[in-house]
Amino acid sequence: MSDIETYKKELLAQGAKKIFTKTKNLTDTPFSYCGGCGHGVVHRLIMEVVEELNITHDTIGIAPVGCTAIAYEFMNIDMQQAAHGRAPALATGIKRTMPDKYVFTYQGDGDLAAIGTGETIHACNRGENIAIFFVNNGIYGMTGGQMAPTTLPGMVSSTSPYGRNMDTHGYPLSLTELVAKLPGTYYVTRQSVHTPANVRKCKKAIQTAFENQKLNKGLSFVEIVSNCNSGWKMTPVESNKWMEENMFRSYPLGDIKLPQ
Amino acid sequence: MAKARGFVEFNTEACKGCELCVKACPFDVLDMNHLVNGKGYHFSYMKNYDQCTGCASCAMVCPDVVITVYKVK
Ligand SMILES: Cc1ncc(C[n+]2csc(CCOP(=O)(O)OP(=O)(O)O)c2C)c(N)n1
Ligand code: SF4
Ligand code: SF4
Ligand code: SF4
Repeated sequence: MSDIETYKKELLAQGAKKIFTKTKNLTDTPFSYCGGCGHGVVHRLIMEVVEELNITHDTIGIAPVGCTAIAYEFMNIDMQQAAHGRAPALATGIKRTMPDKYVFTYQGDGDLAAIGTGETIHACNRGENIAIFFVNNGIYGMTGGQMAPTTLPGMVSSTSPYGRNMDTHGYPLSLTELVAKLPGTYYVTRQSVHTPANVRKCKKAIQTAFENQKLNKGLSFVEIVSNCNSGWKMTPVESNKWMEENMFRSYPLGDIKLPQ
Repeated sequence: MAKARGFVEFNTEACKGCELCVKACPFDVLDMNHLVNGKGYHFSYMKNYDQCTGCASCAMVCPDVVITVYKVK
């Protein structure tokens, strides 16, 4: 037996216990995402929270259009896929017809902050009792890294090869700060999943968003600033560093609106 | 107080070689194998296995949920 196998046996004999493994709320289908992409971590956290709150059979997720259009292949719960940007409208209908269910949307920045801006703002303004999980990687990942409303000033994308120029491309749009101003939102926060500590904090925020649904006090909005190493043309480790140095300046982490 | 001890196991075929776990481990336990898995990715393994504390930092950041963590409590 190799040294490492002997070592594991030794620890097991000393009472080593399994303290972390993949949740049953994720299917065995491997994620279709690029190596190092934050989408996988966010999927896992949502599914762990649903398992820990014991609401697996009472939760309905809405998948967007984007890299996570087939999130229903990975999340082992009831899900429905929406047309591009329409997830908050679909979630509204589902929640209103089945108010006892926990309903969430999972959306990228192209989905939520570009084509779906109207649906997002109005669902927030109506104070729908749903959770929105918004993964912001600053570009359209799935279609090849095009500029999004969230793209940073000067940031190179496939459709802004000289960098985003505010004179012609406008300014980065932060829907998160915007919806926090609406009376219909109950909880608005910005998180990330690039370090173990941030992952743990983000999980708490996701849990709060689900718990809030019981209170019927409005919409919970959790932005997760994430990477798109393929679109940014960096290694995963480089992309997380770039995200810390650049994305967090425009999209600072922390709670934006806490329940009164 | 004695240092906590643990070990991790990998679903090696699911690893995409992103190296985020290697970077996240506070005890320099992990490294990328020079071999590749069935998909052609270098995969993470326990280089300094006896340094592992079972802190689960690696598992927290792994996007493909490759890692299972064991710990002596
Ligand atoms: C109505 C419609 N318009 C455009 C597209 C093309 N399209 C597919 S994904 C996407 C952008 C997705 O970007 P984002 O929401 O940021 O998600 P990511 O892939 O980065 O996770 C676009 C424009 C589409 N599928 N449907
Ligand atoms: S293209 Fe970007 S967002 Fe999509 S899976 Fe790859 S890294 Fe993630
Ligand atoms: S459990 Fe902690 S110490 Fe062990 S390999 Fe993972 S990060 Fe390193
Ligand atoms: S974080 Fe996960 S996928 Fe990435 S190298 Fe480590 S084990 Fe493999």
